[in-house]
Amino acid sequence: MKTLAISLKIFFFFTVLTGIIYPLFITGITQLAFPSKANGSLVYKDNKVVGSKLIGQQFDSACYFTSRPSAISFNPLPSGGSNYGLTNSKLKTIVSERRKQFIEFNQLDSLAEVPSEMIFASASGLDPHISPQAAFLQVDRIARARNFSSVQKQQLIRCVNDCKETRQFSLFGNERINVLLLNLGIDKIR
Amino acid sequence: MTTGDILQVILFFVVIIAITPFLGNFMSRVFTGKRHIMMPALGWLEKLTYRFSGVNPEEESNWKEYAIGLLMFNLIGFVFVFLIQLFQAQLPMNPAVLPNVSWHSAFNTAVSFMTNTNWQGYAGETTLSFAVQMVGLTVQNFVSAATGMAVLLALIRGISRKTTDKLGNFWTDITRSILYVLIPLSIVLAILLVGQGVVQNFKGHETIGTLQGTQQIIPMGPAASQIAIKQLGSNGGGFFNANSAHPFENPTPFSNFLELLSILIIPAALTFTYGKLVGSTRQGWIIFSTMMILLIAGLSISLYSEYSGNPVFGHLPLMEGKETRFGITNSVLWSTVTTAVSSGSVNAMHASLSPLAGMVAMINIMLGEVVFGGVGAGLYGMVIFIILTVFIAGLMVGRTPEYLGKKIEAFEVKMAILSVLAPSFVILIFTAWASVSQAGLSGLNNSGPHGFSEMLYAYASAAGNNGSAFAGLNANTVFYNLTLGFGMLIGRFGVIIPVLAIAGNMAGKNITPGSSGTFRTDNWLFIGLLIAVILIVGGLTFFPALSFGPIIEHLLMKSGITF
Repeated sequence: MKTLAISLKIFFFFTVLTGIIYPLFITGITQLAFPSKANGSLVYKDNKVVGSKLIGQQFDSACYFTSRPSAISFNPLPSGGSNYGLTNSKLKTIVSERRKQFIEFNQLDSLAEVPSEMIFASASGLDPHISPQAAFLQVDRIARARNFSSVQKQQLIRCVNDCKETRQFSLFGNERINVLLLNLGIDKIR
Repeated sequence: MTTGDILQVILFFVVIIAITPFLGNFMSRVFTGKRHIMMPALGWLEKLTYRFSGVNPEEESNWKEYAIGLLMFNLIGFVFVFLIQLFQAQLPMNPAVLPNVSWHSAFNTAVSFMTNTNWQGYAGETTLSFAVQMVGLTVQNFVSAATGMAVLLALIRGISRKTTDKLGNFWTDITRSILYVLIPLSIVLAILLVGQGVVQNFKGHETIGTLQGTQQIIPMGPAASQIAIKQLGSNGGGFFNANSAHPFENPTPFSNFLELLSILIIPAALTFTYGKLVGSTRQGWIIFSTMMILLIAGLSISLYSEYSGNPVFGHLPLMEGKETRFGITNSVLWSTVTTAVSSGSVNAMHASLSPLAGMVAMINIMLGEVVFGGVGAGLYGMVIFIILTVFIAGLMVGRTPEYLGKKIEAFEVKMAILSVLAPSFVILIFTAWASVSQAGLSGLNNSGPHGFSEMLYAYASAAGNNGSAFAGLNANTVFYNLTLGFGMLIGRFGVIIPVLAIAGNMAGKNITPGSSGTFRTDNWLFIGLLIAVILIVGGLTFFPALSFGPIIEHLLMKSGITF
């Protein structure tokens, strides 16, 4: 009986401490210290929210850089990947289809090397990044779709270069480009 | 692999080795009630906990009382988490207006978080209210990790004390681990993570218009506070469905590094604490080295398998189920560490790993989660293997086996065998059941050997209290929720109770001083023997099952065959 009483009381105590006080404390501190990040790193265009910097979006218009394939079509409810094993024939088929599509959409040489992340779906289905190579392969197509002059196309290339994120602290992760930020950037080219 | 990749891997191990003695020493002071650096800041809170709960911190209990306290405390946690899921729609803090959870899913999730497994049959962002995530799951993240440490401490006392039946006080053990170890580290990590972009707010689902003019509904929530403890406490249950692959849960390569470190620091440091408390830091480093050798061996196989190419996809980097910001090396480093430690959080989809990398993940779990393993749990599991090793060595030289001056006799060996058999039983029998029943087979996402691997992985994950998955398996069904739920219970308490019984029995024995005839447990020969025993027990038990899954899949993939 005594053990039961202690169990109940100590469980209640830790529930309040780690289930209520601790998360509220973290919320309080981080809302003060990093309000924009704690609230989802939202990005704005003309004072209107157009997404989160961290959450990838679907881009199928020829005027925009395309994101990675997503097993959930960028609908975050819920997030996830395809969970296909490498010996799944569906994966093999979809990968060769995506490769063909990318080449046709961007009017590339049929033997062009398509970066791996553009034909394989991400883990979260919300990957906001692509590799710089994947972005450069799309530049000509976007310049054509937007009827850019050669000066504007130079600006477009500069945009891609400016958007490159290098390894964090020159060490962690891989070189990458945030597709949403890049597309916001190219919308500004006049 | 690039030089940058190799540097990141090396840095990870260097930092772990560097932190181990400091954190290990700190924890040894915490657990023995000595003065330590957190005492001035939080000592009052410890006293308040005891006063509020009516705990007498001086009172010690024998192994049965210790076990009863532990079981009762865990049972209350289970009932609470079960009930609040059944009634979440009627409870506050549900801004996304999510409905009540089904009884079988609520059962599975409550067991899962109580047992430190954090297997998730549900998707966080579309299933659970903030009330359940915080007041239910975050709490279990803390207390289940503390429970693991408490069992380890009882075992340490059983080894280091003599001729007593007292194994310590369960309440002070969990209180100290929560207040001085888990909460401070979680606060630091949670704040650092929000600094990298992890969300921490109370907004529900935010509807936004995208740049292209469509709609996207983005789930928010108090994620950072839960993610911090999920990483540190070897829990692994994600706030979001994609776990640490979700950009809100793990937004940058640096947050990835921090989260990866957090998986391993406590289990690694506990080996030092162990050495300190049994009176020989060398013993601690011996265990650390054994675990490290197995971890690095697994990592090498996984990396080789991911980078070596195959006839199905040629030499394309295998980015299926991986995130651009992490790349292949960081994904594979994580998949190896998270399964070695019984964390189970993921930053890539294990189902899409190459077959041998997926197999390493499974083997890490099947070896009994002793390659660092869960907080506390990994180390007490390793001590079980040490007992088996000295027993086998004793048979070979014809002497009564001893470990740290304690005679290892029939009772210890029986209990050790029981705790090895319990999880193995779950993995083999339940997988066999699932693979011949309609209920089991209807959940599969892949066909061929990979489909079998999905089931084998699921039951290994449950029995090893890991929680990661080949997540294509649709496990949110009555069959899987119940079988996996019972699997987790057997895998957790089927080990804890024998371990406590061993601790109780060993505490009663006298310590015989070592002589020239004593079999030494603190040299490289012993490391070699221990690794051999772990691999033989794990290998022979699961080799047939693995050959139906990842091994045959690897061979077929090498011939370009798909299903």
